[in-house]
Amino acid sequence: MPQIFVKIDAEKCKGCNLCVEACPKKILSSGRDARNKYGYRAVTANGSEDCTGCLNCALMCPDGAIAVYKRQ
Amino acid sequence: MTDNRQLLKGNEAFAEAAIAAGCRYYFGYPITPQNELTEYMSRVLPSVGGSFVQAESELAAISMAYGAAAAGGRALISSSSPGIALMQEGISFLCSANIPMVLLNVSRGGPGVGGIQPGQADYFLATRVGGIVDYHTLVYAPASIQESINILMQAYETAEKYRNPLMLLVDGMLGQMMEPVVVPDGVETIPTTDLHALNPWAVTGHRGSRERRVIRSLRLKPDELERSIEERGEKYARAEIELTSYEAIDLDGAEIVFVAFGSTSRIVKESLTALKRMRIKGGLIRPITLWPFPYRAFDGIDKRTKAVVSVELSKGQLIQDVKLGVNGRFPVKLIHRTGGMLLTPEEIVAAAKNISEVN
Amino acid sequence: MLPLFEYTKGMREEHTSYCPGCTHGIAHRLIMEALCERGELGRAIGVVPIGCSIVAHNYMNVDMCESMHGRAPAIASGIKRVHPDNIVFTYQGDGDLASIGTGEIIHAAHRGENFTTFFINNAVYGMTGGQMAPTTLIGQKTTTTAGGRSEAANGKPLRMAEIIATIESAAFVERVSLDSPANVRKAKKATLRALETQKAGVGFSFVEFLSTCPTNWGLSPIASLEWLRTDMIPYYPLGNFKTKEIGR
Repeated sequence: MPQIFVKIDAEKCKGCNLCVEACPKKILSSGRDARNKYGYRAVTANGSEDCTGCLNCALMCPDGAIAVYKRQ
Repeated sequence: MTDNRQLLKGNEAFAEAAIAAGCRYYFGYPITPQNELTEYMSRVLPSVGGSFVQAESELAAISMAYGAAAAGGRALISSSSPGIALMQEGISFLCSANIPMVLLNVSRGGPGVGGIQPGQADYFLATRVGGIVDYHTLVYAPASIQESINILMQAYETAEKYRNPLMLLVDGMLGQMMEPVVVPDGVETIPTTDLHALNPWAVTGHRGSRERRVIRSLRLKPDELERSIEERGEKYARAEIELTSYEAIDLDGAEIVFVAFGSTSRIVKESLTALKRMRIKGGLIRPITLWPFPYRAFDGIDKRTKAVVSVELSKGQLIQDVKLGVNGRFPVKLIHRTGGMLLTPEEIVAAAKNISEVN
Repeated sequence: MLPLFEYTKGMREEHTSYCPGCTHGIAHRLIMEALCERGELGRAIGVVPIGCSIVAHNYMNVDMCESMHGRAPAIASGIKRVHPDNIVFTYQGDGDLASIGTGEIIHAAHRGENFTTFFINNAVYGMTGGQMAPTTLIGQKTTTTAGGRSEAANGKPLRMAEIIATIESAAFVERVSLDSPANVRKAKKATLRALETQKAGVGFSFVEFLSTCPTNWGLSPIASLEWLRTDMIPYYPLGNFKTKEIGR
């Protein structure tokens, strides 16, 4: 269970991939599975332990689709 | 009984009356023949807790006034013909966003830069929707400085009741001449907190205690735009019933009925007495509201009237509404001057005699 | 669970109509985050332009007014007269501000108006489908410069931050970029300092955001960030061009 993890709102994501590009640990990958109701394939996080909570992904998301949490 | 009349220049009387009516935000740009109004506001408005801004253009002036009105303030702009033409998009925007405001057009001879003498060729601009279609500005045409003051005293309440811009169309003569007038005592400055209650649609900052407010004009969905136009149409229909006003003089048995507004109507009144001496009975219909226009006034014309004559300082604009009002029941003629030339009673009498003999 | 980052309450839940990868969304968020952090969301009034971001009032959780094209700074001046204690801002694109609205923005700074203008420079008219803007770069292809903008035909692009900075009553002028996390962090700081300037009442504050327009640039969102770095930033240098000391 990763200590810090990225939560992506699949309905808000437009699959623009700016977060995928910005993530130094390459945790995020562009969407391949089902399209959301707007027709976009949402980005997904691969659940690895490498996330450092740098927030690059959240800073670059134009659509408020990313939240980052740390388990206590 | 103390005589509390003062001898005031029109432009300054308009400014004083607007302040008395509660105007606290004025945005202007220099243009003859209304500069004294702008100058008066720059001197007096700050002293009553108001704000004066000389804008960089008429485009900016109407936009500033829109901002102040959208925030719930009582705003005023004044300009003259070409300046008002620049403000047309703003006026159209105000109507689309249902924003109340008072505007003053101290009109002059056109077209283009035209001249600086008085004119009434802004009739279409004021009444025929100079901007984008399907909106109206409430338009009043006072014929004296006192009448202008009286209209201004009610202007904000009317504009706010209809949530629509209201324009006084005066001309350079009324703006520049002096008359003994009485300006009623002013309303107190309305504290901004009360503005929020008075205008529950105004933008004031939601303070986390209500949904945010948006003042909009853009309606991309055609059904939404149509609904807003139709709703506004109902508002205008109410205005036609509640606001239409005019003066009718000696219509019974009149051989000729003149139609004239503003300062020109006073010259016509003088020519009526001259005509009476020549046993030609003349009547006058004087529209006070140009929009909504008093078409029903023409139902009061005597069957035996020979002709209805539009008297105006333009190539013939008021005459179109006269024809609509007459609706084919009488011949309609035009007596006019342009360029800032004024009609004289003698000219009107001579033209009236000619019309009376021909018909 | 400790939130390290959650979407600001300053933005409404609405799904935005902006194209995928358009960095308008980032600029919106930064401004609303700044207002929330400064406790000014409830006192803010915004003015949106004619352009893609006229719909910003669907997303920003503040009272807002639409404006005629180019007139937002004049409208904001009017609002500020009625509500001097509110935080007033305009949010304008390059067509709105640097083309039809140059008169208004110059004179808002000239009067030292105590409001903040957030200027989104994406070097093209977005809403109308990609025509040349005054900030379009030399050689940049647009629907009205099909062969690429040429100096001979269209002159060289306008640097608004530098222009505004020459105006004495401008108090804070900075150009930032939305192309990378590091620059987004700097853009956030500039946004906060602009609002601080307005609060202190020392004059006009202006932040120019270099922003992308993937659709009308004909590039992917990521390639757009790249083009912004390689082509826009060299012509539009980032940094502060004016800071009036805010007395404590």
